[in-house]
Amino acid sequence: MSKTLFDNIWERHVVKNIAEELDVLYIDQHFIHEVTSPQAFDGVRKRGVGVFRPEKCLATADHNVPTVNQSEPIKDPQSAIQVASLEKNCEEFGIELYSVGHENQGIVHIIGPDLGITQPGMTIVCGDSHTSTHGAFGTIAFGIGTSQVEQVLASQCLVLNRPRTMKIEINGSLNLGVTAKDVILYIISQLGTEGATGYFVEYAGEVFENFSMDERMTVCNMSIEMGARGGMVGVDQTTIDYVKERVPISEEEIDKWLSLNSDEDSVFDRVTAFDGKDISPMVTCGTAPDTGINLNAKIGSSKHLSAKALKYMQFDEAALIADQKIDYVFIGSCTNGRIEDLRAVAKMVDGKSKADHVTVWVVPGSMKVRAQAIEEGLDKIFLAAGFEFREPGCSACLAMNEDKIPAGSLCVSTSNRNFEGRQGPGSRTILASPLTATASAITGRVTDPTQIMEFA
Amino acid sequence: MKVKSIAIPLPIDNIDTDQIIPARFLKQVDKKGYGKNLFYNWRFNEDGDVKESFELNKPERKGAEILVAGNNFGCGSSREHAAWAIADYGIKVVISSQFADIFKGNAFNNGILPIEVNPTVLQSILDIASKEPECRIEVDLKSQKLKVPSIELVSHFDISPFKKECLLKGVDETEYLINLRNEIEVYERKVVAE
Repeated sequence: MSKTLFDNIWERHVVKNIAEELDVLYIDQHFIHEVTSPQAFDGVRKRGVGVFRPEKCLATADHNVPTVNQSEPIKDPQSAIQVASLEKNCEEFGIELYSVGHENQGIVHIIGPDLGITQPGMTIVCGDSHTSTHGAFGTIAFGIGTSQVEQVLASQCLVLNRPRTMKIEINGSLNLGVTAKDVILYIISQLGTEGATGYFVEYAGEVFENFSMDERMTVCNMSIEMGARGGMVGVDQTTIDYVKERVPISEEEIDKWLSLNSDEDSVFDRVTAFDGKDISPMVTCGTAPDTGINLNAKIGSSKHLSAKALKYMQFDEAALIADQKIDYVFIGSCTNGRIEDLRAVAKMVDGKSKADHVTVWVVPGSMKVRAQAIEEGLDKIFLAAGFEFREPGCSACLAMNEDKIPAGSLCVSTSNRNFEGRQGPGSRTILASPLTATASAITGRVTDPTQIMEFA
Repeated sequence: MKVKSIAIPLPIDNIDTDQIIPARFLKQVDKKGYGKNLFYNWRFNEDGDVKESFELNKPERKGAEILVAGNNFGCGSSREHAAWAIADYGIKVVISSQFADIFKGNAFNNGILPIEVNPTVLQSILDIASKEPECRIEVDLKSQKLKVPSIELVSHFDISPFKKECLLKGVDETEYLINLRNEIEVYERKVVAE
């Protein structure tokens, strides 16, 4: 009986066992952004202890930043103060910072992997729940609160209850139009928003093995939306190639990474399996990420849809989700703001254009993603289609900056949360893949991407 | 830690941290004053008018130190601002049948006691708090007991012994970790040597 990938990494990082299932865990990499860190920096300053391991921290400004005219000063005074505080704190404590305008700036969960900082076997934290994204590399990565950000700054460690382990296995081939986003929306719709609370998930099986790193990141990113502490995928050649393309890695290091993987006989606390062929393109119809349904379904078919959510979304449960008229499309976020996402969007919309009544924002996940998209000419395709191609940031995923969906408007979004008001007060969100979002932008209605793909 | 208070019932499942404190209120660089924006979108209309029908706004709920909420409270974002807003509003105890992991940790780190009870007990408390706003709930951390005398309900709740001690003795987890720096350095040297 061998250990799981999770157990192997966890046990290597235990500095001290305090009590049964309660450990002091060492953190290899700490990512920092402007919104959840100022109070933590204040904390270490007041304690007079400094930052214990500044070289293991990396900061960027992403949550609050505008996605147009980034070269100009930030207009919102509060956002400007938050970004200025981050700059001052990183300067004072000697932490590397990629602030607005820096060539490496971007959404924290997009830049870490893309710069080769995220590597297998690591423990990674950030004051952001979508830190689970980094689990795609065979890491233990999870979101923390600001008090914990302060703890990591002060000691590079956290006091943690050891979560239980859960394997989600999906084999078989995927249907036309089904992307990594559809797979994770499907899993969440099956398990519910609290279905994996207390667990750390490992995604296993052919579907994940066949995914690229960008696709694995999309899946791991949304692990938190079913309550999981994090999600991870085992290390394989795909992982190794991705990291090797970015930073030099020794064969010894690679052997060590591979030795961490779960085996056939590794025992998980819970195992769930689905069949890849049962998954169709998915969209949500309510105000929680577990309200995913397929595009032929009636709105009322979601088993997690509450009456409160139905009322908020202004939907009729007998109506089909397809053909609902939309107002906005948002393509971006740490879930779907990587280069492969933008390529998929460009491929579908090339030679077509958006419906007149729809506003479409394409927000690349980082300066590097933006530069790459421009190099490949994707920006021209977006502009020709009537899409706005913006500068990097979290943008309309959480609408902390100016990128808000107006009250009552319906937005098909490639982001991760459809909570009430998430994209701005009164906004209504349908979560979808980049393909479904693009198809919907073209027709102006919620649209199954295979309709566009088949006629292509 | 002992709390005896009337309660605010929110019989809604999956209350996410975007509802507890919407993102547009996360722009401060300090921890102060978040209480006024607690459940902002549910408490106020778009023009800022108070929604009288929402539980927090009812005069009979004024001064409550206990919040009772549906299953999976605090899901979503890791924002500790949610815990700061709850604490700043004057809430000391939150009762639900399940808490999202990150919120639970944030609550403890801000002196808020998150109590998990089984769904039947939760329903009884939600019912009585809704019907009889003057009903008082008693919570005693030391004995890990939750009581609702008016319906003769006594329920034991679980809590990690470490977290319990931290709350009871006012131990600061961060100080604990700072004091561990020597051991942490030993760990680091061991890893480098491997």
